[in-house]
Amino acid sequence: MNVVSVSKEWQKAEPKVAKIETISAPEPAAIPPAAGVSVLKRYGAVIFNILRALFPAALGLAIFVGLWAIVAHRSGLPGPMPTWNSALKLFSDPFYQRGPNDQGIGWNVLRSLSRVGMGFGLAAVIGIPLGFLIGRFAFLSKMMSPIISLLRPVSPLAWLPIGLYVFKEAQPAAIWVIFISSIWPMIINTAVGVTRIPQDYLNVARVLKLSEWKVFTKVLFPAVLPYMMTGVRLSIGVAWLVIVAAEMLTGGVGLGFWVWDEWNNLNVEHIIIAIFVVGIIGLLLEQLLLLLARRFDYAEK
Amino acid sequence: MKRYVQLENVQKVFETKKGRFVALRDINLSVHEGEFVSIIGHSGCGKSTLLNLITGLSTASDGVLLCAGREIAGPGPDRAVVFQNHSLLPWMSCFDNVYLAVERVFGAQESKTQLRQRTHDALKLVGLTDAAHKFPHEISGGMKQRVGIARALSMQPKVLLLDEPLGALDALTRAHLQDELAKLVAAIGCTTIMVTHDVDEAVLLSDRIVMMTNGPAATIGQILEIDIPRPRERLALAQDAHYLRLRGEVLRFLYGRQYIAA
Repeated sequence: MNVVSVSKEWQKAEPKVAKIETISAPEPAAIPPAAGVSVLKRYGAVIFNILRALFPAALGLAIFVGLWAIVAHRSGLPGPMPTWNSALKLFSDPFYQRGPNDQGIGWNVLRSLSRVGMGFGLAAVIGIPLGFLIGRFAFLSKMMSPIISLLRPVSPLAWLPIGLYVFKEAQPAAIWVIFISSIWPMIINTAVGVTRIPQDYLNVARVLKLSEWKVFTKVLFPAVLPYMMTGVRLSIGVAWLVIVAAEMLTGGVGLGFWVWDEWNNLNVEHIIIAIFVVGIIGLLLEQLLLLLARRFDYAEK
Repeated sequence: MKRYVQLENVQKVFETKKGRFVALRDINLSVHEGEFVSIIGHSGCGKSTLLNLITGLSTASDGVLLCAGREIAGPGPDRAVVFQNHSLLPWMSCFDNVYLAVERVFGAQESKTQLRQRTHDALKLVGLTDAAHKFPHEISGGMKQRVGIARALSMQPKVLLLDEPLGALDALTRAHLQDELAKLVAAIGCTTIMVTHDVDEAVLLSDRIVMMTNGPAATIGQILEIDIPRPRERLALAQDAHYLRLRGEVLRFLYGRQYIAA
């Protein structure tokens, strides 16, 4: 009986496809003048829609650049045009190497990203399993809760001296700062995800008497994944936020060091470029993770 | 006939902040093998609590619960459950949802091909062969419930437990699925206990209807034998005097002397 109801749903869906085909099919045929106009109109409508969608963002950016130009004119900061020209020159040779303190912007970006990757990766490897344990065992949750509440609000850079003292070197100290400041969102979100698993799913697991491993792979992990992804996204955000400050203090190659170096050179154009580079890379990381998170979002209705 | 599921002096007490809350008391019931028993009562009368005790998801405060001569110590695949809100895992296709259950029950002694065949058969039984690879959010509520039923039946349980299985569906889909459920259970012949609040559903499907008194401290008020021969035709029964008399009796119990404003 149900086969009927299934095929009904398919029938409902089919006409949509058919409509699209009938619209696009007649195009290549010998078009009478009236039809040509309608095609033009249709493309015009599409372009209009795209413009309408982009307009608010473009307007916002235009106002921003305008304000920047005015402020620059009054204060002597480099305006949009000089900065743009400087950026063109900078990005024309991103991977040059002239000694340890003068390397291309590409190297600086890559080194910063690799530090973030290492610190964040370590935080994920430790934070996510820890989050699962805290979420699963109430005792552990109560045990860890005061420690987390105490350490989480600490400013990331306060951890730097500890890192320098323990590791005696700048590079691992910077990674340590990224690690300790980006671990909290992953622990907390994973733990919250575990406690929010619908009882129904756990009941299914109990009625089936699934093995612990099956419960983890088939029920716990997929159910927690969306929460975990939120934690990962927040963590990456924090890590990227902290890296510039950490590198300013530790030196070496990296965006933060570069900003400080250009400040010492009084090359303000490069500082503004660095701000844009940091912002754009942060935006890209965020979008990438949002895309990844959408992949694991089960539209449960 | 053999007594298959047996409840003796079962009592369930919840310890709440306000003190002891007696949900169920003095429940005595035995269900024969192959019998279809419905439990009906007003909301909050503890009928789902009673089913959870048989499922093993919660434990009785007092009394004895037996299934096939053995004490019910916890949940297990010999007592398959169809939950009210289907409880399909949203990250798995319908096929994989059923396969998870099949693999658990038969995985040790059967090959992968056999397991897949079982899964396929179960979905075919409920008419969902075409939707096997869809995800739960891609199908209608009625279809989800069918998958839930397929999952339960695929385990070849000793007892099938239905917790208001059709309660969340619209009236037409519900009637449709009631008829199918009746056919499926008749074909498989497994012992079935169903919690419901739908009088017609209970009369149409059951061999006996267990009517619960209102809580707190709810218990079995009356057990009604439904001796209408099977297969039962919904349309023919709509005019049938005996059917109407039985239906009236359940209604009288629920809304007559029992009714207390909840």
